[in-house]
Amino acid sequence: MREGLDHWQFVYAAYAVGVIGTLLLISQSWAAMRRAEARRERSRES
Amino acid sequence: MHGFANPARFLRLARSLTMPLLMAGLVITGASLVWGLLGAPAEKLQGDSVRILFVHVPAAWLGMGGWTAIAVASLTELVWRHPLAGIGARAIALPGAVFSALCLITGSLWGRPAWGTWWVWDGRLTSMLVLLFLYLAYLALADAANRDGAGQSRIPAIFGLVGAANIPIIHYSVLWWNSLHQPPSISMGKSAMAPEFLWGLLAATLGFSLLFGAVVLMRMRAILADQQAEARLRRRAMEAADA
Repeated sequence: MREGLDHWQFVYAAYAVGVIGTLLLISQSWAAMRRAEARRERSRES
Repeated sequence: MHGFANPARFLRLARSLTMPLLMAGLVITGASLVWGLLGAPAEKLQGDSVRILFVHVPAAWLGMGGWTAIAVASLTELVWRHPLAGIGARAIALPGAVFSALCLITGSLWGRPAWGTWWVWDGRLTSMLVLLFLYLAYLALADAANRDGAGQSRIPAIFGLVGAANIPIIHYSVLWWNSLHQPPSISMGKSAMAPEFLWGLLAATLGFSLLFGAVVLMRMRAILADQQAEARLRRRAMEAADA
């Protein structure tokens, strides 16, 4: 017996998870890099 | 290879590559996902759920490729003592874990409409879950080694090499054991995939790979900057103690 599932709900959920997960990873890595490079600059100046 | 053993030379290269990789990755990934949602046709048997392919397969490729890169970096660190190899391996671990998790979640979302179940404990799904746990263990080991000092970095490197045994298991699991998961559609020089899916999938894989590369460079830059700041502060503290 075949269930009458709406495939689009699963497609949207998969795309949302993929896009949000990737963007969070990029933002976290970017922020960590900027934070570390600012700390290095501060240690150079002090 | 040892030409980039000098962190200053590597940093110059990394600074010039980070933004172009990020921008190219965002454009190519964005375009391929729009194609996956709006341009690609529904598949005869799987219907519209086949569109999940454009997120799921690049995530699987990067999860497995990430650990392969950790194994190569670990070997380079253990054999040739390349100073950036351990940093590279540490920088790959988090994005590798994220893409392995994305592979499992999107696979589960594909499995429900395609197989009628969210999860089965078969060879492919279980070995991919093992890969995620390996990444989490590697992150914990690398963090502990970092806190204990540079001499302890051999332990994550050995773990990175041993964990690589799981990669061929993931790849061949669908051939060795019965599985709901389909066998590989693309192998060396051959594809069983229709061109309208194949080209979109190749573009999505390229786009996500560029983003992965940009993230690894950002994380390497962060680790190097942290190490340089730490070294400077330690040197200053020693000078103050001597005075």
